[in-house]
Amino acid sequence: MTPSIAVMVSLVTALGLSGCGEKVQTLGGSKNGVAAYQGADNEFVAPGWTPGDKTSWEQRLKARARNNQNEYSKMTGTTK
Amino acid sequence: MARMKFVCDAERCIECNGCVTACKNEHEVPWGVNRRRVVTLNDGVPGEKSISVACMHCSDAPCMAVCPVNCFYRTDEGVVLHDKDICIGCGYCSYACPFGAPQFPSSGAFGVRGKMDKCTFCAGGPEVHGSQEEFEKYGRNRLAEGKLPACAEMCSTKALLAGDGDVVADIFRQRVVQRGKGAEVWGWGTAYGSKQAGQPPIGAKS
Repeated sequence: MTPSIAVMVSLVTALGLSGCGEKVQTLGGSKNGVAAYQGADNEFVAPGWTPGDKTSWEQRLKARARNNQNEYSKMTGTTK
Repeated sequence: MARMKFVCDAERCIECNGCVTACKNEHEVPWGVNRRRVVTLNDGVPGEKSISVACMHCSDAPCMAVCPVNCFYRTDEGVVLHDKDICIGCGYCSYACPFGAPQFPSSGAFGVRGKMDKCTFCAGGPEVHGSQEEFEKYGRNRLAEGKLPACAEMCSTKALLAGDGDVVADIFRQRVVQRGKGAEVWGWGTAYGSKQAGQPPIGAKS
């Protein structure tokens, strides 16, 4: 085997192996097949959103995070 | 929606352990299991820093990689959960996790290691959302109830933030701008390797 062919084979092998080592980081669904936005089967579901409506659920959680965790949003008209 | 994330602001955490208590109460976690805990560096030294630690729901979770029975799964919101019906309690995830998140309840007369338990981002498990079966195995499913994790919502100083990654980042960014500290924030250098990061007190471990 000539040196050039050996180099080429080793390069192809290295590329192939690196491809095998890359893990997929895509998100999966819920294991029970039901997404969280479908709502919980109990009486503790918070008001202000519609179970089953993904957009409504996302907006509710975002609003909850902003309103409950960011006190700067409550200080309207102030900069400090 | 982006992925669900936790961020703990070490400039605000006062080591009150309110998050730990909220978590244990919400999920009725048994003795010996701490899904969340507060870690303090340089305890008693002026300038000590505390941070609340639990499962960080990694995007490339090492626990998922090492689990021999593949009991972990990731939800659409990026929350890393596991199936206790599949878990064999081997403890590999405990060794792989850089945050010490996986916990193992002792059971039986000889303290046999039970099935793994960890923070679920208050998202329950594979059982029906909000069901009694889910509660007994994994605790409350607050996400399906339209709520955020109890630890963050109960945090008295709002040091612990939880929610959609974009929203959490926006809140933290606003704080940094308001208080005039960015790269000086403790832990920034460790996380991002910045040379501009604030240095710990001389002789203190970082």
